[in-house]
Amino acid sequence: MKATVLVRPKPGILDPQGEAVQRSLQQLGFPVEEARVGRVVDLELDLGDADRTRAELERMCEQLLANPLIESNEISVASE
Amino acid sequence: MSDVPHPKIAVVVFPGSNDDRDAALALEGLGAEPVLVWHAEPELPEASVVVLPGGFSYGDYLRCGAIARFSPVMDAVWRFADEGGLVLGVCNGFQVLCEAGLLPGALRPNESLSFICRDVLLRVEQANTPFTTRAEPGQRITIPVKHGEGCYFADEELLAELEANGQIVLRYEDNPNGSIGDVAGVASRRGNVFGLMPHPEHAVDPLLGSADGAIVLGSLVDAARERLLATA
Repeated sequence: MKATVLVRPKPGILDPQGEAVQRSLQQLGFPVEEARVGRVVDLELDLGDADRTRAELERMCEQLLANPLIESNEISVASE
Repeated sequence: MSDVPHPKIAVVVFPGSNDDRDAALALEGLGAEPVLVWHAEPELPEASVVVLPGGFSYGDYLRCGAIARFSPVMDAVWRFADEGGLVLGVCNGFQVLCEAGLLPGALRPNESLSFICRDVLLRVEQANTPFTTRAEPGQRITIPVKHGEGCYFADEELLAELEANGQIVLRYEDNPNGSIGDVAGVASRRGNVFGLMPHPEHAVDPLLGSADGAIVLGSLVDAARERLLATA
């Protein structure tokens, strides 16, 4: 089963990478007002059903993939 | 004075640590007996203090310190801290302690996105911790930083709590990395765990540009010696 975890800097958290990207896009002529840069983790795993997979992914986020103080996460499980 | 005890100080070595030997050398020069401990060890040796050194543990993958916190030795470090043992984290060691939940807050990429490597001026906010007894309250000390992700973050509520509890031990005089509240070093609520981004082990001899790092590490050796004598 394939799953994806998106990890984003929480709103209000200083994101210098996002600011640099926003400035560069503006310099290229794109009227971008804000950019935030996060992280994508693609996973291949076999835990049987989607519910269990989702629950395990929540635990992975809590323990390792995201730091809840500064990052939010969004889990998606591919339906096959 | 040959009977002055040399307290053992465990310096943990993670894969990617690179300031472990500097820390050991500095502590030895200040009268301690450093013992290097590989991160895969499930137990710590008998020691009065544990130091988590600087470096790039696990390549700083995912987030700095996020993977090192799961090293086998970290369980023992947890127990050691829980029992009131003194733990110091420098730079990457500070990041590991924050990720492990032994210290409050988190460290983010520098505001400038640049790696910063230079001396910085710090203000000692709390001189009554086991890590700063050799300093005067408000003393200005010069210690170098070298990091890409040293921007300390705590939300408003946490920052107010840290201020109220006197947990902010060191502040930058001229904030190099965008840290909230100019925080350079923070202690746990109980005061026995301390982390800082600047590198005191790189400033223990005037030849290195400053010997002010010996104020921090020397205080720690003093505290270690006191604890050793108290249990002797």
